[in-house]
Amino acid sequence: MEPIRKHEGLVYPLNRANIDTDQIIPKQFLKRISRQGFGQFVFYNWRFDSKGELRNDFSLNQPKYQGTSILVAGENFGCGSSREHAPWALQDYGFRVIIAPSYADIFYNNCTKNGILPVKLTEEEVQTLINNAEADQYHVTVDLEVKKVYDNQGFEASFDLDDYKREMLLNGWDEIAVTLTHEGKISQFEQANG
Amino acid sequence: MRKPKTIIEKIWEKHIVHHEEGKPDLLYIDLHLVHEVTSPQAFEGLRINNRKVRRPDRTFATMDHNVPTIHRNVIKDEVSKTQMETLKANCEEFGVPLADIHHPDQGIVHVIGPELGLTQPGKTIVCGDSHTSTHGAFGALAFGIGTSEVEHVLATQTIWQQKPKTLNVKVNGKLGTGVTAKDLILAIIGKFGVKFGTGYVIEYTGEAIRDLSMEGRMTVCNMSIEAGARAGLISPDDTTVEFLRGKRHVPNGQEFEQLAEEWKALATDEGAIYDEQVEIDADEIEPQVTWGTNPGMCIPVSANVPTVDDANHDNEREEITRALEYMGLEGGEPISSVEIEHVFIGSCTNSRLADLRRASEIVKGHKVNPNVRAIVVPGSHSVKAQAEKEGIDLIFKNAGFEWRDAGCSMCLAMNDDVVPEGERCASTSNRNFEGRQGTGARTHLVSPEMAAAAAIKGHFVDVRHLSIPTPS
Ligand code: SF4
Repeated sequence: MEPIRKHEGLVYPLNRANIDTDQIIPKQFLKRISRQGFGQFVFYNWRFDSKGELRNDFSLNQPKYQGTSILVAGENFGCGSSREHAPWALQDYGFRVIIAPSYADIFYNNCTKNGILPVKLTEEEVQTLINNAEADQYHVTVDLEVKKVYDNQGFEASFDLDDYKREMLLNGWDEIAVTLTHEGKISQFEQANG
Repeated sequence: MRKPKTIIEKIWEKHIVHHEEGKPDLLYIDLHLVHEVTSPQAFEGLRINNRKVRRPDRTFATMDHNVPTIHRNVIKDEVSKTQMETLKANCEEFGVPLADIHHPDQGIVHVIGPELGLTQPGKTIVCGDSHTSTHGAFGALAFGIGTSEVEHVLATQTIWQQKPKTLNVKVNGKLGTGVTAKDLILAIIGKFGVKFGTGYVIEYTGEAIRDLSMEGRMTVCNMSIEAGARAGLISPDDTTVEFLRGKRHVPNGQEFEQLAEEWKALATDEGAIYDEQVEIDADEIEPQVTWGTNPGMCIPVSANVPTVDDANHDNEREEITRALEYMGLEGGEPISSVEIEHVFIGSCTNSRLADLRRASEIVKGHKVNPNVRAIVVPGSHSVKAQAEKEGIDLIFKNAGFEWRDAGCSMCLAMNDDVVPEGERCASTSNRNFEGRQGTGARTHLVSPEMAAAAAIKGHFVDVRHLSIPTPS
């Protein structure tokens, strides 16, 4: 996967809690058998009306958010199904970083396997980012090396990510290859346990 | 004396392949279940990197998510068909056993695992599906994974996992008559919210849990993920052992008896400490109905739909407003007055034989309301066959229900079983998210009994106050 160290981008605020993976990518698009091309379907039922026309009243369709790469949302982001199509769709649409107060476990993991950086900030910090991005075009920088998010107007916040995931993301490693360096131990385990 | 341990710790420790301070553990996976939707990209990844499936004998595949549940011989949807054919080709190429759409073992992956006895206490079980938590009912550590992890498990039979925190959900007392496992888990999520389990593995304990059948336990563990927990489990006991006795993939005779003792020894030790504990009283729980767009938005059938004035803070006001609008509800009306157009009895939460038997007892001798279209989708081929042997299919069909073939069906509406926009469905499934059963569809989650009663009356009713003909 593509490594991510430091990312500067336009923020898209989605001020809702409990956004589930059925919203991120509805099931009618899960029938494809490749990893590519899901971006056009992201938030489909919000972005398009029943005739398949773009809905102007949904913020992601507004001109000021075109080219966004940082999604900021409410708590428990990515709850529901385990579908990895959700991070694939977000990434393919152009998001490299997600910022939220909390995530569903499986979604969080899925992001880190695909080079998307899921950042956890406090409710207040997230609200600040959302307010700024709703008011105007708003850019922030996310630096995984020092685990900080900042803008050029004095906002700065630290976040945590376990060392293992951080290392994987920073280097863009293939996790299976890493695991296979433990091949001896896996075989040993199998011999001992049948 | 040895330190008392939870079943979660016991299973975890037995499966560590590699441990390094400050890193996740590398855990061995005993059973990997595979289905058509979350696996194609994983097999593709293996092919690109020239890797094999390490343990095809510990892997089992089926087709459930987008199989048609009617007219199976012609699959009209080309894209679904490709996905099924892809799974078949992948299983052949990599040597993975498959129960395909025409196989007698086919069914929803979380129904057939236990049915075949593949699911056993103490196992680590994964599947590219969030409701893998279902298998926790047997005292297995079972959780959903993404497609990258599916590929990882196929290639290595292991997974990197941060040791989870443990959460004891203790259910005191007994459930009342007509109150089911489904009502219990909905009430738990209603009380503690849709993310109280995030970062935890839940163990369900207490008298009401011990009293549940294996089917009931599966219903409870199934919805752990709706509380945010990747896994939920129940310590094995005699109920577990008796369910598994004679199943195809468990041993017989003396070997079984010995295994049964090992299973029971996995149960959480007296005095073991959990990171967190919550309690709920079973006898206070009524039949539940969800009114909103997540499973935590549920109320007793005797209650009124909440209004924005019930919100505790601004965000909640917005959530309630949006949910009421989506659901086409005013707020303040009794949930029992809400009329429905569809009934779906099925899904990995409530499509087992016991579920269908109980629902059929309510239906017996009645007719589906003329305004309602009702379907029953058995969880597996074998559930269907057994139900037909018992005449359950006839009870449903005579009442006006459609009787379908096994699959996920209207739970997520990936096949043709879709609830039309703006219409309302009483569903025994597990998710009432926006658009889950079809774009603009309105889902109300209930137990099989409540769904059956709603089908007859055309609106929600308290099953406890129905005059139910005594089953002969
Ligand atoms: S029945 Fe529904 S929840 Fe269960 S595995 Fe199928 S789609 Fe998922």
